[in-house]
Amino acid sequence: MATKLSPKEYVKRGDRLTGGHRLCAGCGASIVARNVLKGAKDHPVVVGAATGCLEVSTSLYPYTAWEDAYIHTAFENVAATVSGVEAAYQSLKKQGKIDKPFKFVAFGGDGGTYDIGIQSLSGALERGHDFVYVCYDNGAYMNTGFQRSGATPLGAWTTTTPTGKVQPGKPQQRKNLTQIAAAHNVPYVAQASIHDFRDLISKAEVAFDTEGPAVLVVLSTCPRGWRCDVAQSVNMARMMVQSCYWPLYEVIDGKYVINYDPKKRKIPVADWMKLQGRFSHLFKPESQHLVQELQDYVDREWERLKALASLPNPGATTE
Amino acid sequence: MSAVKLENPALDPALLQERRMLLKGNHAVSYGVMRCRPEVIAMYPITPQTPIVEKIADLALTGEIDAEIMTCESEHSAMSACITASLTGVRVFTASASQGLFLMHEMLHYASGARTPIVMPIVNRTLGSPWGFWPDQTDSLAQRDTGWIQFYTEGGQESLDMVIQAYKIAENPDVMLPAMVCHEAFYVSHALEPITVPSQADVDAYLPPFNPEHRLDVDRKESWGNVVTQEMFYRHRRDMGISMSHVPDLVTKADVEFAERFGRGYGGILEKYRCEDAEMYIVAFGAMCGTIREAVDQMREKNLPVGLLKIRLFRPFPVQAIQEAVAGIPRLVVMERNYSPGLGGILHQELKAALFGMENAPLVHGYLAGVGGVNVSVDRIEELTRKALAETPVVESVWV
Repeated sequence: MATKLSPKEYVKRGDRLTGGHRLCAGCGASIVARNVLKGAKDHPVVVGAATGCLEVSTSLYPYTAWEDAYIHTAFENVAATVSGVEAAYQSLKKQGKIDKPFKFVAFGGDGGTYDIGIQSLSGALERGHDFVYVCYDNGAYMNTGFQRSGATPLGAWTTTTPTGKVQPGKPQQRKNLTQIAAAHNVPYVAQASIHDFRDLISKAEVAFDTEGPAVLVVLSTCPRGWRCDVAQSVNMARMMVQSCYWPLYEVIDGKYVINYDPKKRKIPVADWMKLQGRFSHLFKPESQHLVQELQDYVDREWERLKALASLPNPGATTE
Repeated sequence: MSAVKLENPALDPALLQERRMLLKGNHAVSYGVMRCRPEVIAMYPITPQTPIVEKIADLALTGEIDAEIMTCESEHSAMSACITASLTGVRVFTASASQGLFLMHEMLHYASGARTPIVMPIVNRTLGSPWGFWPDQTDSLAQRDTGWIQFYTEGGQESLDMVIQAYKIAENPDVMLPAMVCHEAFYVSHALEPITVPSQADVDAYLPPFNPEHRLDVDRKESWGNVVTQEMFYRHRRDMGISMSHVPDLVTKADVEFAERFGRGYGGILEKYRCEDAEMYIVAFGAMCGTIREAVDQMREKNLPVGLLKIRLFRPFPVQAIQEAVAGIPRLVVMERNYSPGLGGILHQELKAALFGMENAPLVHGYLAGVGGVNVSVDRIEELTRKALAETPVVESVWV
């Protein structure tokens, strides 16, 4: 289980994603990438990125924001992309051409993970490559200008789920990638958020230290797509965690562990929805029921998660 | 990678010697790549390519292939993994066909753009719809703009030998482009022939280890796959063109060196069979060339002066070599097993383009003889040859 890094230890860890990249002010993606890489400690890392905001903004030739070996190939295949490098590493290690341990990490957004990249991810998890997959989830295809994805919450406005008389934003609930990943019975899966970066780094550290595949799904604010105040970016993620919309938890060898339970301080989802322009249409009288529908969904999922966490060892299958 | 690691048994030294075996065309390919010492093989099964990957799995089990083998969940992932493994500087291999090749299509462009000299045999098969499993080269020909070198082979021995030659050509520092070695479904892939598997020592002497100048490396800490400007893209594509232009000479050289060491050569870019004093060449590639040889023999016996011009290198399209080969010949007839709707036979069209502007260029007939895998027999070839000799060619490829 991840234990939080002390603030003293945190400041000691250098940055492996440098400033000067072109990500927007308030973007969560760089917070995710920077803090995840701190979890790799001093190990050499090969970074893969799926096509997306993080990719286009950090690797504008002839510049790069990455202090490590970095590779981007396409949108739907970052897990396979990193699998290929990891396979080459295994071959070179077997041949005695490499002796030091390398770490491998793949970054993808929710579009590149929940949707178009899920097959590639599933294959890599099942094959058992020794790598960490990190999804920075901002709930839509932000790089192409805010289109809905499988991670977009119910009722949210996006440019492909417009709001009007016939449709109040996205008509479906989101899917649960973390539990899809956990269903692969990989040794480590965790959900984290950009607002608690010490928790995020600690989870990344566990993920890197895990032999075999590990998956981190991290809530990441997109002020442009969410239509929210840039200065509220981190706070927005905090509120979403406090509402149990985005629980912080781990699945360690099949055992569910909740890292944060707000208990009496649990806030309604409406508290943060009101601050995000993508939900503004839901606060008109005719669509208010959708706010309740999302609240019911979140409450149901939270209870289900608590039930899973109360089981002694529900999913353990790894040797 | 995998939880269970197999311990390879010690290899019987006899396995490293030259071996004469009865092999299917696909298995010949597996033995060919075995001798190239691939380090990563990312594979996915598809009819009629499957025997290639099955045999690779067998050869890995016995320790004859000592590669990291990734059994992927799709061709797209297999090609993605091949690209990044190759970028680390290891020799990689995969194989595909038909629908699977099309699932890879996006990454084929990436592979050539990233300058990864992957070698990939393609077992040519029809594409749905309608559904079929029949020999037809439209699948690989439709990849002709992806920046891959393409060879077309006639039989299992040639496929085995071309896998070895393809690595040598693709990995040349002046090239650094991926290569397909294409042979047709069943006619070649599943047909048994006596095959010579060369000795490991000979292949090691012929094919140096892969050691690229640039690589994805944790010590170099370089970024790959960056976003570029229009000007950079322009320069990059121009450089790919320069690399492609080196290929024809290197193909000739690779074949000559191969013949010297192994005692078998194929003519390099193209082969002329009984072309002396010919009034017409039958132009073809792939398995049909074997049948055309017999038909040429039969027609020569009847004093019909025709020969076979077999095209072995399709990308880059060897315009100069073709112009030289057909100079002074009045007629060509292309017989082919592929079809581009709205254009015609792909070899027919490319050949005509290659001859455009040539002084006294030959007349070119284009016959869609074997589309969809229909049988093109020796007698059928004679019939079509006589038809071409009696007709004035039309612009379009003709359904015969």
